[in-house]
Amino acid sequence: MKLLFAGIDEPDLDRIDVYRARGGYESLRRALAMSPDEVVAEIDASGLRGRGGAGFQMGKKAAFIPKGDMDKYLVCNADESEPGAFKDRELMQKNPHQLIEGIAIAAHATGCNRAFVYIRGEYDYVADILDAAVAEAREAGLLQHVILVVHRGAGAYICGEETALLDSLEGKRGNPRLKPPFPANQGLYQGPTLINNVETLATVPHIIRMGGAEYAKIGTETSTGTKIVSVSGHVQRPGNYEIELGIPSRDIVYGLAGGPPEGRRVKLWFPGGSSAPVLTEEHLDLPYDFDSMAKAGSMLGSGSIIVVDETVPVIDVAKWVAKFYTHESCGKCTPCREGTRWTLAMVERMDRGEATPMDIEIMSGVQEQIIGNCLCVLGDSMAMPIASLVKHFREEIEEHIETARARRERIPMEPPPRERATEAAA
Amino acid sequence: MTVPRFSHGSRVPGWDEAVDLEKDPSEVPDPATTPVPGELRAEIERHMALYPDFRSATIPALRAAQRHHGWCSPQAIEQVACVMRLTPAYLTSVATFYDMTENEPRPRHHEVFVCTNISCSLRGAAEVFEAFRAAAEGDERVHVRSFECLGACDVAPMASVDGVYVGPLEPGDARTVLDDVRAGRPVLEDRQLARRPVADEEARAHPPAAAPEARS
Repeated sequence: MKLLFAGIDEPDLDRIDVYRARGGYESLRRALAMSPDEVVAEIDASGLRGRGGAGFQMGKKAAFIPKGDMDKYLVCNADESEPGAFKDRELMQKNPHQLIEGIAIAAHATGCNRAFVYIRGEYDYVADILDAAVAEAREAGLLQHVILVVHRGAGAYICGEETALLDSLEGKRGNPRLKPPFPANQGLYQGPTLINNVETLATVPHIIRMGGAEYAKIGTETSTGTKIVSVSGHVQRPGNYEIELGIPSRDIVYGLAGGPPEGRRVKLWFPGGSSAPVLTEEHLDLPYDFDSMAKAGSMLGSGSIIVVDETVPVIDVAKWVAKFYTHESCGKCTPCREGTRWTLAMVERMDRGEATPMDIEIMSGVQEQIIGNCLCVLGDSMAMPIASLVKHFREEIEEHIETARARRERIPMEPPPRERATEAAA
Repeated sequence: MTVPRFSHGSRVPGWDEAVDLEKDPSEVPDPATTPVPGELRAEIERHMALYPDFRSATIPALRAAQRHHGWCSPQAIEQVACVMRLTPAYLTSVATFYDMTENEPRPRHHEVFVCTNISCSLRGAAEVFEAFRAAAEGDERVHVRSFECLGACDVAPMASVDGVYVGPLEPGDARTVLDDVRAGRPVLEDRQLARRPVADEEARAHPPAAAPEARS
């Protein structure tokens, strides 16, 4: 079953006439003939869960938007920065009108008169394609009920967090806000704001076309529909695949993506981008849907599978994860700002052979103090995978620490690297 | 244990360098004394008109100024502040937050971002990055830096060369890529991401999700 990706390589699909020739913007026409409440009901009936990471039902979110004549905003989160995620890029680059149609329908459903696509700055060429597509749609008179602006970010992972994104869109530093109030009540410019991921909004035209009840038949009971999974890392055919939620994970990693190179085995995999706790080979038989992943102690997140095979030491994985979140922590909340930095320092210490197995406990203590203690989940996004690496691979990490230490003790102590600073000025 | 300190007594290097203590940080530049290039002014004003609150144009305006000046120089910030009627201090706070706004002068003609995040590192990004750095050694016109996930793990290890995504790369490609960039040729045309078909083979041949059944 292919919806979002059906025939996505059709030449010139980013042009409106090609998109219309295949039945595009018919769903918008149909939705505009319905009342906003009917459209929301249709989306709700589909059971569509947010594809950006949290997996919250879109119909419920849309229903939270208050009714009335005030200025309401719709924001499409296209700040796809999660390591391992690259589905939105392909969706926007190849079929921008599908997204624009989804935004137009969602704007009608919630009464939003202004809509923004917040796209990450690195996707400049994709933003150009979107800009051109928005201009075409506007010219064709399809965006009369909503003003749509493509806003380019400037490179900050944190801006994918919904409230940080709003701050950034208001022209500030991208710091997350305290919740509640939730964006549905007080979001952009303090007005009610509906924020959804690219894939979620791009699915909306298909829901209107098929009908919510029909869409809900795809996938499992609580994870309906199709999902685009981005498979990367040690697989033979990395890339985006559209699957029905609930198929065995093995079918994705081995069936679609070809599994690790000949003769190697899967050591661990991230089921939902680098912020999801890792799973091991035995979990590959679990069905790939929101609830099964949660039950296994991880999450489906944005549907980005990163496969790591046995050639890579676990410490390296921990180091890459910690390094990324240390760099991207916005610095607002202390547990995250300091916790990510110290975690990285401790992982590097283990790798250099300066640590003892006891450091694992200290590091786990740091993770415990990050989780749940910040405004947003960036810190948790580092703490959870690191904690899961310790949980599944404690023996290997201990061994790594001991070997590194033994290696270090054999070589004579080097004098500590010269600091840029001189010893006490006095 | 003695704490290492700099000669000025602080543990923070150059803590007193960036500040001009004479200057009022809350001052919005006077249009009469701040010349702004017409093109830049027009571009910033065009961005400001797009939003209900003009402040939303801060990032696009800074990026426009950066394209114009090469980096977010004090002069560039001053000019943006003058057009947007905001303080340079506010704009500096924004410019220093984001990765793509440059806060140091750099003769930048070409930019190569090599992704060194997890998916690319798993497939050898460290070697690719080193090869690029070595190949660009001594060439001031090419700026090579490592970057966090650029969202193209399907072609890992990859790089963004003047905004064009290419991959998968091997250390041996560094020289070819940089030669192409310097000569102004398109970079590794057969490996540009924009030309890559979707990995999902079934989707390629799949007919478009049919038009509405009840089409009237």
